Amino acid sequence: MNAIEARGLCKRYGGTRAVDDLRFEVAQGEVFALLGVNGAGKSTAVRMLSGLTPPDAGDALLMGRSVARERAEVRRVVGLSPQESAVAPRLTTRENLELIAGLYGLPGSRAAEALEAFGLAEVAGRAAGKLSGGWQRRLSIAMALLPGPRVLFLDEPTLGLDVLARRALWDLIESLRGRVTVLLTTHYMEEAEALSDRVGILRAGRLTALGTAEELKARARAASFEDAFVALAATQEVE
Amino acid sequence: MRTLSLAKRGLLEMVRDPLTLIFGAGFPLALMLLLSAIQSRVPVPLFAPERLTPGILCFGQSFLALFAAQGLSRDRSSALMLRLLCSPMTARDCLLGWALPLLGLALAQGTLCLGCAFALGLDVNPRALAMLAAALPGAACQIALGLLCGSLLNDRQVGGICGALLTNLSAWLSGAWFDLSLMGGAVERIARMLPFANCVDAGRAALAGDWAGVAAPLLIASGWALALSAAAGMAFARKARAA
Repeated sequence: MNAIEARGLCKRYGGTRAVDDLRFEVAQGEVFALLGVNGAGKSTAVRMLSGLTPPDAGDALLMGRSVARERAEVRRVVGLSPQESAVAPRLTTRENLELIAGLYGLPGSRAAEALEAFGLAEVAGRAAGKLSGGWQRRLSIAMALLPGPRVLFLDEPTLGLDVLARRALWDLIESLRGRVTVLLTTHYMEEAEALSDRVGILRAGRLTALGTAEELKARARAASFEDAFVALAATQEVE
Repeated sequence: MRTLSLAKRGLLEMVRDPLTLIFGAGFPLALMLLLSAIQSRVPVPLFAPERLTPGILCFGQSFLALFAAQGLSRDRSSALMLRLLCSPMTARDCLLGWALPLLGLALAQGTLCLGCAFALGLDVNPRALAMLAAALPGAACQIALGLLCGSLLNDRQVGGICGALLTNLSAWLSGAWFDLSLMGGAVERIARMLPFANCVDAGRAALAGDWAGVAAPLLIASGWALALSAAAGMAFARKARAA
């Protein structure tokens, strides 16, 4: 069973097609990057795949559960770390993790375990809103992973972070490979190339390319992955 | 369990926000002391403790609507809401999680007001506790109204509508500061249909031991609380579906 199977997902906002006939599969344990310029439909796709937004047409299976018909079931197997750090700013790091444990009906000891597992112990007592961007993002990912999701969505996980914080998060994401299926969206080409097993490129809501970074470079006859992205993001259909 | 976890978060955020404590507890108490000071120099029957206390309670509760609306609209505009909606929490769990700490604040607010009223000369008797209980539907009304506004409005709109308009409306239309019959006509009729004046009337009747006089206004206030809660639930569920 694939972790993610998108089957012709469509979403319109007014007269705009945000996502149009999106089809792809992600294997269990794979790290998959969804790329595209601003407005390409990445965040809408993530919202539909994570069960937040119902598709207008089509469906997607998350660990075999339909986002169109079994949204509550889908929520039990997915975790989401949104573009902005999704933390309660007035709560401490520890309290944020305890909040998530409580929302999923898990024992409070899971919060203590997460503090250690994600290297957050040194900021456990600090208000989340006062943490640096890197710490907030790390906490946000820890909150998404605490309930033990089978599929994790990371929407622009390193946006706005300095290089050290970004590399620390790369290590964290790398450590998930094989254990948790990760779908990440990013604007950073080197991030997609370094982290992902395969890459999908969205343009105007449609998937225009799909493959490993090396395959996409070869297909675009480009020297760098960024050049390949520029070339492929301009094409119309997936090959 | 899920609801209590969210309620605990609301409680912690509330006690860590000095503005909540100032407006939720301090401001109604200060107003009560001020009006009692006026009453001691220029006796005004409306400002005697047995008439003033239910009015102050109703006025203080209008801040609950503001806090509920601000909390919910702030969460709605933040990425934390996506996390909540992505969790097994239902719309009902979420709304209860926001409402419970505010009900706690309402109880604390009522207890403080009552303590202050005792110090200002209100008779210490079981009827005072009955007044406190009669104030609960009013608190539920205000919290539900706040959650409704928080579900529909953004952060800035909430400040204007709940912060300025609602606190003034509930103050003027409650009959706390003047006798509604002085206005008469359509204004009085409208005020009698809304929950604010009924909450104050129920409290005053409870303090007077007029149990027959408690029932009708309490029923109206409870009806409003139920209707507003249902409206808030529908509005939030609709927004959540469109997230």
